[in-house]
Amino acid sequence: MNYIWFFIILISILSAAYTGRINEVVNAIMKGAQTSIEIALYLAGIMAFWLGIMKIAEKSGLVAKISLLLKPVAKKLFQEVPEDNPAIGDIAMNFSANAFGLSNAATPIGIKAMKELQKLNKDKKSASNAMCTLLAMNTAGWQLVPATVIAVLVANGSKNATEIVFPTLIVTTITFVSAIVIVKVLEKFSPPQKQSAERDGEND
Amino acid sequence: MIKTTVDLISAWLIPFIILVVLLWGIIKKIPVYETFIDGAKDGLKVSVDILPYLIAIIVAVSMLRASGFFDIAQQLLSGLLDLLKIPVDVLPVMFIRSLSGSAVLGLFSEIANNFGPDSYVTKLTAVMVGSSETTFYVLAVYFGSVGIKKFRHALLAGIFADIIGIVAAICVARWLFL
Repeated sequence: MNYIWFFIILISILSAAYTGRINEVVNAIMKGAQTSIEIALYLAGIMAFWLGIMKIAEKSGLVAKISLLLKPVAKKLFQEVPEDNPAIGDIAMNFSANAFGLSNAATPIGIKAMKELQKLNKDKKSASNAMCTLLAMNTAGWQLVPATVIAVLVANGSKNATEIVFPTLIVTTITFVSAIVIVKVLEKFSPPQKQSAERDGEND
Repeated sequence: MIKTTVDLISAWLIPFIILVVLLWGIIKKIPVYETFIDGAKDGLKVSVDILPYLIAIIVAVSMLRASGFFDIAQQLLSGLLDLLKIPVDVLPVMFIRSLSGSAVLGLFSEIANNFGPDSYVTKLTAVMVGSSETTFYVLAVYFGSVGIKKFRHALLAGIFADIIGIVAAICVARWLFL
């Protein structure tokens, strides 16, 4: 991430030198910083609300019930997480929220799952295998219907906007499955975390 | 038919979840109000925690967009894209879709507006945008919320999956729409 971040900024400044848009880039810095605060502020409200609801679901044992349903799949994907850990239920809910395009609900629940996984994590600064798998599930974000895209098409006068639903579903499924496969393959080659030389998290 | 069903589910899902959670809590004799407040406090803390990560990624992406980098890339790659029958205008979409959700929607609206909603470029972009998730934003927010600095293989997996998604979108769009 250090290099990627550096390269994005380096390329921006070099391109700006070439195109003569250095003023625009300086403005973008100010604007971008401002937008970040706006997004965080916007997230704060929804996040607080959903984590409040999720807390009730957790305390009342509902999350544990749901995770029971998805146990077989989750067990395969998150081998290092104990079956009765609340993270499994959170991950299941995060996936469902993504599938229905409720990213406002999916993000806070996903973050909650992340926090549960962090509790199991041995090296608090570096991502555990389970965290990477959860991330892959979310960066690939499997979705049933791309509602926003359809809305834009309709707004521009499309006669048959829903015809993109099927192809998009194929692509999102391909991406999601590959993301899981890739993360699981890379897991084998990824350097292990500190304090957990070989049997990474298996006894956790 | 399928769409209206899914729309209906989408609309009812949130109220349904809230209702079930609250009902279950009441039945199990949980102090739902106090518990909610507890959880909400955590939520506020999280959004403060992720702020530095958000600033880092969003500022960098804004700079890249403003710098004219995509115009340069379009000029450089136009030959190759012609060969693969990929419209040049899709190029910024390929990059931006992993970086910023609002920016890619902006680009998509522009394309739909310029080329018409039923053109091949628009449909290809629609599939590409609809099947994507903003990888770098998700990485920043999720890992930022727990203070993870080393992303290990999550970053590479995200990037590979994005590339597969782009290739798949191009193939499927060509197959169905061209």
